[in-house]
Amino acid sequence: MSLLDYFRSSKKNTASTAKERLQIIVAHERKRRNGPDYLPQLERDILEVIRKYVDIPADQIAVSLEQRGDQISVLELNVTFPDDKR
Amino acid sequence: MAKIIVVTSGKGGVGKTTSSAAIGTGLALAGHKTVIVDFDIGLRNLDLIMGCERRVVYDFVNVINGEANLKQTLIKDKRTDNLFILPASQTRDKDALTREGVEKVLNELAKDFDFIICDSPAGIESGAMMALYFADEAVVVTNPEVSSVRDSDRILGMLSSKSRRAEQGLEGIKEHLLLTRYNPERVEKGEMLSVEDVKEILAIELVGVIPESQAVLNASNSGQPVILDKDSDAGQAYLDTIKRLLGEQVPFRFLNVEKKGFIKRIFGG
Ligand SMILES: Nc1ncnc2c1ncn2[C@@H]1O[C@H](COP(=O)(O)OP(=O)(O)OP(=O)(O)O)[C@@H](O)[C@H]1O
Ligand SMILES: [Mg+2]
Repeated sequence: MSLLDYFRSSKKNTASTAKERLQIIVAHERKRRNGPDYLPQLERDILEVIRKYVDIPADQIAVSLEQRGDQISVLELNVTFPDDKR
Repeated sequence: MAKIIVVTSGKGGVGKTTSSAAIGTGLALAGHKTVIVDFDIGLRNLDLIMGCERRVVYDFVNVINGEANLKQTLIKDKRTDNLFILPASQTRDKDALTREGVEKVLNELAKDFDFIICDSPAGIESGAMMALYFADEAVVVTNPEVSSVRDSDRILGMLSSKSRRAEQGLEGIKEHLLLTRYNPERVEKGEMLSVEDVKEILAIELVGVIPESQAVLNASNSGQPVILDKDSDAGQAYLDTIKRLLGEQVPFRFLNVEKKGFIKRIFGG
């Protein structure tokens, strides 16, 4: 790596940050779109229930409905507990 | 059969009207009878970009309401053969466009034209939905910037669920990505999303990349679609876009920083 490259890369590359953020939010919103309308409310309700026991931030919960074949859909619930709250 | 193409984006000010004017003009130049319809009710601007603002007598809403017929209302472009403009109304009534009314007008246009270009308003409200509802193809205008890309993805969702083709279970709308206001210098410095980045995120076919260009402002100042400025970078990029829309394979230009030669560096240009 040349000295010039070093100075270039030490400056934060905001385009790659933008790309990462977009990939996450777009994937999230696509799932939402393809799921049933009640999903966001279901997610909020589940969050409320969990918060009775553990205080977790709102972005640590993800609910999605995934089609598995013609016959069944699976409701996926993903909750991340912060380290100190286990 | 006429092909209906909506030029849409979700986010405002990304270049829909500029692109509608260029695409409509380009298709007409290629010999196809084309009409550009301004769906931006209350904020008519296509007439200015096309340089026909003083020739507007009747508008889209007049035709829907039966106050004028299409023949009286369509403005024939003075520079380009085969090209007509249907101006938007300046009414403040947001519900002036009804689905039945729009359908009636589009059906009538379809008898006469090869291409109907619908210049959509910004947003995802009724005006934008009306512009995309009857489309066969969509040009999704996107700037290399986070909010524009995200809004484009939302519009892609609308195209595949809220359009006539979706509702009637027909073959889906053909989606094309048109990246505009692209600045290769900033991409090279890592300050701007690259063509590849945006393509990867939106995952639709790329139909054109229009560079950020002084020629666009010059064109709108003088009321001439930029595609007629054949020496300009933006004009050439739109000409390439038309060829791709019509199914030709054309290499992409203006994606990289132009290395200025010795002479240019000294004398500018
Ligand atoms: N390639 C380009 N280079 C430089 N400026 C551009 C380019 N494309 C568009 N612009 C400028 O961006 C502005 C918005 O363009 P335009 O009116 O076409 O956007 P729009 O999407 O139709 O906006 P609205 O959502 O309000 O209808 C205008 O000032 C135009 O000159
Ligand atoms: Mg516009």
